[in-house]
Amino acid sequence: MGNFSYLMDGFSTIITGHHILIMIIGVMLGILVGVLPGLGAPNGVSLLLPLTFTMDPISAIILLSCMYWGALFGGSTTSILFNIPGEPSSVATTFDGYPMAKNGQATRALTLAFMSAGIGALAGVIMITLLSTWVAGFALQFSSPEFFAVYFLAFASFIGMSGNAPAKTLVTMMLGFAFATVGMDTISGGLRLTFGIPDLIKGVSFLVAVMGLFGIGELLLTTEEGLRFDGIKARVRIVDVLKALKEMPRYSWSILRSTVIGIWMGITPAGPTAASFMSYGLARRFAKDKSGFGKGDPRGIVSPETADHSAGTAALLPMLALGVPGSATAAVMMGGLMIWGLTPGPMLFIDRPDFVWGLIASMYLGNVVAVVLVLATVPIYASILRVPFSIVGPVIVAIIFSGAYQIANSTFDMWLVLGFGVLGYLFKKLDYPIAPLVLAMVLGDKAEDAFRQSMLMSNGSLSIFWSNPLVTGIMALGLLMLLWPVFANAVGVRNLRRRAAGHSAKV
Amino acid sequence: MLKQIALTLLAMTAVAPAMAFEPTKPVEFVVTSGPGGGTDNFARTVQSIIAKHKLMEAPVVVTNKGGGSGAEGFVYAAGYKGDPYKLTFGTNNEYLLPSVAAVPYKPEDLTPVAALALDEFLVWVNGKSEVNDIKTFVTAAKAEPKAIQFGGSQSKDTDQILVSTIAETTGAEFRYIPFKSGGEAAVQLAGGHIDANVNNPNENRGQWQAGMVKPLCVFRPDRFPKSEPVHDGKGWSDIPTCAEAGLAIDSYRMPRTVWLPAGVGEDAVTFYRDVLKKVSETPEWGRLCGQDFANVAVPRWR
Repeated sequence: MGNFSYLMDGFSTIITGHHILIMIIGVMLGILVGVLPGLGAPNGVSLLLPLTFTMDPISAIILLSCMYWGALFGGSTTSILFNIPGEPSSVATTFDGYPMAKNGQATRALTLAFMSAGIGALAGVIMITLLSTWVAGFALQFSSPEFFAVYFLAFASFIGMSGNAPAKTLVTMMLGFAFATVGMDTISGGLRLTFGIPDLIKGVSFLVAVMGLFGIGELLLTTEEGLRFDGIKARVRIVDVLKALKEMPRYSWSILRSTVIGIWMGITPAGPTAASFMSYGLARRFAKDKSGFGKGDPRGIVSPETADHSAGTAALLPMLALGVPGSATAAVMMGGLMIWGLTPGPMLFIDRPDFVWGLIASMYLGNVVAVVLVLATVPIYASILRVPFSIVGPVIVAIIFSGAYQIANSTFDMWLVLGFGVLGYLFKKLDYPIAPLVLAMVLGDKAEDAFRQSMLMSNGSLSIFWSNPLVTGIMALGLLMLLWPVFANAVGVRNLRRRAAGHSAKV
Repeated sequence: MLKQIALTLLAMTAVAPAMAFEPTKPVEFVVTSGPGGGTDNFARTVQSIIAKHKLMEAPVVVTNKGGGSGAEGFVYAAGYKGDPYKLTFGTNNEYLLPSVAAVPYKPEDLTPVAALALDEFLVWVNGKSEVNDIKTFVTAAKAEPKAIQFGGSQSKDTDQILVSTIAETTGAEFRYIPFKSGGEAAVQLAGGHIDANVNNPNENRGQWQAGMVKPLCVFRPDRFPKSEPVHDGKGWSDIPTCAEAGLAIDSYRMPRTVWLPAGVGEDAVTFYRDVLKKVSETPEWGRLCGQDFANVAVPRWR
């Protein structure tokens, strides 16, 4: 158990007043950038990066990684309170988090989200501690066909479950794919769907779309329903935090399943966004009573949050062990490693065990610090909802537009966010689901790249998706998920008939 | 033509400056890559060195505009004709992109200021590969046309241009598979999913240390300067140049470039050129570019 003694060494390095102070600062800054949509963890970390050049590498990585944890937590806050995901990976949290907060249970929603996020993150770190050596080898087996299979699985486990008309789901998903293709294409290097507008070269930012569809769309609906001048009359008490904590064990299964999904997506590295969508989809599929989903089902909060954070944490492992960033934030941190004079890669574990295990130890402690800090501040966040809509509404508009501008410093994006807002409003009025559009936008271009790379590798033969046990397994799982409703129906109908037959026989 | 531009850029870094322009408001550093990309590291390092040594009074704001392989940033800067407060950071993509893709700017829309470093390119194969030199590699490629898969960063960019140059020079045929970044191409090679890549030293250094990949030759006119061994007793200086190993391409390098919009005064160009020259003379810059030899430590991810 060499890893364990290394970890203890790591703890002894980081448990100093200086490092714990850095952790707290990092988490606070992270929550701040997470709460402001558009700023986001990658930008926050890159803003902070020049400051770390004068620090020693261990303090620097503690600061940056703690900021990352903080941002992940902060992102969930706005999803739940205002239906505005601060991070792409917290979109799935809005599906049930926002309705629950709207029902006056903001404290419960926030507590459930933070707590499951903390559990997810810790599970991710434990996995890193135990499996660091094995995981590097596993991640190396992933090539374009395997990536495509994983994205296919993410789509498959999320579709099928939609309660909306299949045709409507198809329409919004295709729209999402179309938005994802805007801009420069990786494979051909050509420009697509830019219509000669220079601002479209960079593509349509997923965050702009999400802030418009969810944030502005929701505001338009609320305004139409009549301006309420009073806030939601929710009592905000510390007791509610404890009550919500007590119900956590009830969701053990959801948490366990989501942890596995999250860790897997984190190390492959398909990323936290895919993980949270997939986990939400599966939570709904395996739930006996699906009626609560979309209306504030606690499992709909716990599942995506757990997966998001375990994936976010596990994503740091491929970065360290292979020198490949698992997320945009990890990419920025990796840039930091080089400037501090460290080479990310397989040898880092051997050359600088003090740094690697110091970082891993700081992940344990940093996440505990983050959970404590956010749980302590839940009542403050929750009481924001008591402020009348006539005040909060305009503030949200301001936050959304400044956030949209900040993503790329582009005024064009502010028009886009408005356009998406109207689209979101129309979708809700006409009962079109938004989630498939968002999923297609997030994973669409990645799936396309992976598919076309695979086709280049195989000279155009689809058999590459069944060429080894790994990719075959994932594809088979994906197909099973896609066809599950059909199976379930067939089995259900037979059971029903049998029961009916048994019934009539008795009579 | 490209060679000429590159040479002019290099020559210009040596010109002695006359001070007249002095920025009086914040200068925007437009970075033509996303956060964490090679160009981003380049610009932010310049920024931090300027701040540390107080090389410029005016504050610096860094903005990332990496969409469309960097076209986003160049188009943005081109729109600020005559504005000496938009300093754009890129690579040779500034003059390569317009010739390979329909981007809405021309290379002339920007004024070259400086080229600060040159990134090297090498041919890498998997560490377990039986191929140990470039000649065997080319012979194998010729024996089975289009069988060898070359991975690289992006399409129609420096990597693909180099691969097609190799194909043209040797008469061998390769399959080029574009990935989002050199980092992805590095892992695909380490995992044995592709046969070779043409990554910069930094993109593959970690994997080479662990013996997962190995270099065949470097596109430099001379070998790397003497340095510490990296893997199995071999160091950068032991890598043969491609020309000496039998692949007749003398040199292929990528400059890190800095630009101003077209129509700015000559005094502004001179000012920034002087600042950047001072940056390149600081010990920090030397440290970033590697203690052993220049230009290796600037990574290139996009």
